[in-house]
Amino acid sequence: MEKNIDRREFLKRMGAGAAVIGATSALNSCSGGAGYAMIENIDPAGSGTKPIGDMTYRINHECGDKVSILGYGCMRWPNDPKTGVIDQETVNRLVDTAIEHGVNYFDTSPAYLRGLSERSTGIALKRHPRDKYFIATKLSNFAEQQKSREASIALYNKSFTELQVDYIDYMLLHSIGGSMEDFNKRYIRNGILDFLVGEKKKGKIRNLGFSYHGDNMVFDHVMKMHDEGQYHWDFVQIQMNYVDWITGNCRYLYEELTKRNIPIIIMEPLLGGRLSKLPNHVIAHFKQRRPNDSAASWAFRFLGTYPNILTVLSGMTYMEHLEDNLRTYCPLEPLTDGDMKYLEEAAHLILKYPTIPCNDCKYCMPCPYGLDIPGILLHYNKFVNEGTMPNEQGDENYKRLRRNYLISYNRTIPALRQADHCIHCNACLSHCPQKINIPQELEKIGNFIEQLKREGR
Amino acid sequence: MLKKLRVALASVFLLGLTWLFLDFTGTAQLWFGWMAKLQFLPAVLAVNVGVVVLLVALTIIFGRIYCSVICPLGVFQDIVSWISAKAHTKQKAGRFNYSPNHKILRISVLVVFVIALLAGAGSFVQILAPYSAFGRMVTMLLQPLYMLANNFFAYLAERYDSYAFYSVNVWMRSLPVLIIASVTFVVLVILAWMHGRTYCNNICPVGTVLGALSHRSLFGIRIDETKCNGCSLCSRNCKAAAIDFKNHKVDLSRCVDCFDCIEKCKKQAITYSLAKKPSGNVTSSAKDIKQPTRRAFLTATAAVTVGAALKAQEKTTDGGFAAILDKEVIKRQTKIVPPGAISLRNMAQHCTGCQLCVSECPNGVLRPSGGLLDMMQPVASYERGYCRPECTRCSDVCPAGAIKPFAADHEEAKAIKASTKIGRAVWVEKNCIPLTDGKNCGNCARHCPSGAITMVPSDPNNPKSLKIPVVNDEQCIGCGACENLCPARPFSAIYVEGIEVHRTL
Repeated sequence: MEKNIDRREFLKRMGAGAAVIGATSALNSCSGGAGYAMIENIDPAGSGTKPIGDMTYRINHECGDKVSILGYGCMRWPNDPKTGVIDQETVNRLVDTAIEHGVNYFDTSPAYLRGLSERSTGIALKRHPRDKYFIATKLSNFAEQQKSREASIALYNKSFTELQVDYIDYMLLHSIGGSMEDFNKRYIRNGILDFLVGEKKKGKIRNLGFSYHGDNMVFDHVMKMHDEGQYHWDFVQIQMNYVDWITGNCRYLYEELTKRNIPIIIMEPLLGGRLSKLPNHVIAHFKQRRPNDSAASWAFRFLGTYPNILTVLSGMTYMEHLEDNLRTYCPLEPLTDGDMKYLEEAAHLILKYPTIPCNDCKYCMPCPYGLDIPGILLHYNKFVNEGTMPNEQGDENYKRLRRNYLISYNRTIPALRQADHCIHCNACLSHCPQKINIPQELEKIGNFIEQLKREGR
Repeated sequence: MLKKLRVALASVFLLGLTWLFLDFTGTAQLWFGWMAKLQFLPAVLAVNVGVVVLLVALTIIFGRIYCSVICPLGVFQDIVSWISAKAHTKQKAGRFNYSPNHKILRISVLVVFVIALLAGAGSFVQILAPYSAFGRMVTMLLQPLYMLANNFFAYLAERYDSYAFYSVNVWMRSLPVLIIASVTFVVLVILAWMHGRTYCNNICPVGTVLGALSHRSLFGIRIDETKCNGCSLCSRNCKAAAIDFKNHKVDLSRCVDCFDCIEKCKKQAITYSLAKKPSGNVTSSAKDIKQPTRRAFLTATAAVTVGAALKAQEKTTDGGFAAILDKEVIKRQTKIVPPGAISLRNMAQHCTGCQLCVSECPNGVLRPSGGLLDMMQPVASYERGYCRPECTRCSDVCPAGAIKPFAADHEEAKAIKASTKIGRAVWVEKNCIPLTDGKNCGNCARHCPSGAITMVPSDPNNPKSLKIPVVNDEQCIGCGACENLCPARPFSAIYVEGIEVHRTL
């Protein structure tokens, strides 16, 4: 992809673009629908087609729920670019399309999207019969002032109002795994876990589980609780994908859960899009084997291949994402052994790239000092992936790459939200599920940019 | 032919100089920077002997070519006058008349001007100086539009994934100066529209000096009495009102060598030629500038509003952005002038207030002062950015020697600039984040390019207590990185005070 065009070329293309727009609109105006017919004709039955076929479902043996293998993650609903708030109309369309094609699992949280995800998801789902879908939400009591019993119950009750429901199918303790102390403080000492067990008995919660980010210690502890019959986990949500399968602990988690026959829900199948926004040669690697399939489809087929997975959550912001995933899972075609090997090679190619493992979950936000943390990290990753990092001063392209990087940085991140404003207050550290040392990464990026600036005039 | 040559050269100068004032990327300066250095008053103030000698010689030999070609304000008035001529369809033969030379007015304005210059009353000097008036108009009135247009292209470029354009901040640098520029613009347009070169031949101090030199210039407009039929076309088309057709005389002290009359004369009675009796009596224009001693007045531009300090709130939901308060412009006891200015006094003595440095500054640091005595001279403030170590733009462009270049070689200039002290950082305890928010910070120390800030425990008895900055005055260069990047808003917990005399560390 050619990203860098000079001024003359830019103006030329604008002219050409205008001419093309003029030409196509002229064509459409005289031939009516013929323009569309032509587009359909040139598109083979590949990545451009609408999803067809039937959704693959998995049965939750705990309660008999027939859950679609594709679950909708409601953490990344689209914003209206003009107003900056959630574009409800588009959310409705996405939800309608998903349900129409058999998606029936929707996962949200009171914390997502500045606390607006539950309401938006609720509005979209309210337009469908309640027995057509399962709702998952979480007890997201991260802040100190939310950890008391009263505040936690208030947060829990609010989910019902926001989602406009009277029962919740899947209730999760949100993101445990930081430390035992944190777990005990949030759920045990304030009696909230017992409260939720009671709610389950009342039928307000159908399944009780947790989502997990962290090392094995807290996990082993809560599994022990399960084994000893202290608490019963109906399901567990973990981060799993073909890269973490090599580098992370998801293999251990998957195997431990499977041993206990606990249904597994998957989050971060694409690492916030990092497994679809890949360097060209990795994309080529995938396309060589299956020219019509997206890179993302490999990640979803990988997960679908594991039988104990109930559903794979994907935060599909755009209709294309949804359609691509529907194509992959309607129906699922599990990976063959050969595919698995091929995917592992791709994982090793990806691991060679020094990207920062940010999945844009925005748990670190809002930064109290106003920085756009995920924005800065993702901008950095973008240039790493595209191979347009201005690294070598002697390089003949260095001057151009340097200029492009700085312009792009200023375009993407407002000056007052850039890396050099990080004061290392470390408020973000405990929020990052990927355990990124955010202040340190920001300082590195800030120094890199300072270096680039100093080489100018 | 002569007129065509004049128009062509004048266009080049006007476009070059205009672009110089519009451009914020530093490109124009590489191409047309010399045009600013060729301006008369800045060259005199910079004691740029070469240029002054060149211009004096040019004027003595060829007359006031300078006013028609090199001076952007003169060319600007010509354009207004030309449009006016097109609009005055009823006065096809010409709308001007000969008027006598207002010698007393011209000389008294010049005298007042020189006195003001010597007394250091910069504002008065800068209002009258032609090149400065032009720079001010372009910088204050036109550059914002240019930048907005650029931002529009940057917006389009972004959509096309091109890096051809990048957007810049457009902000009001000084209201008083904007008003002065607007008034200058309106007055000049009216004068030029009605009477052509009225300003140049009555008020402009440079015009008066050059007029004294061109009074008996070697080459000049001459009327051949034998060919002249007294039709008055030349007088009616002389925008300088310098041709007395009845007596066949041309006042060369006011003639700006536009050559319009040559084209208008139907009898070919007017020529641009050597005088019959060459004159050797030339008055010197060298102005001996004494060193006036005066303290710069305070830059009192701060409109202080009390804003609630940003308190870090504990997050309960994901995403979104914390609000960021803008930094307030603060009142400094001693103003900060850019590196290369040498001292407040040097700035006061040399600056003509042309705004070229202000229009060039890529970091939002320089803006014209609104103070009474240093009105329109550049001052630095750091709420939008700071004086970055790699940038020497203002010293590269200054034609008046008010901001002197550090070295011819850019790398060397950068190195000298990085060790030039223009101010000193002062810590404000009551705003410091570790003390107000109880948060780890140290952003000032982290970004100090000269390593002048050390973080020390706030409680001397407890080495683990949150750290606060201490400044080593001797290492601080006053660049403002600390002030700009300090998280305390709207008032930073560390700010820069100017110093009267800059020094190299």
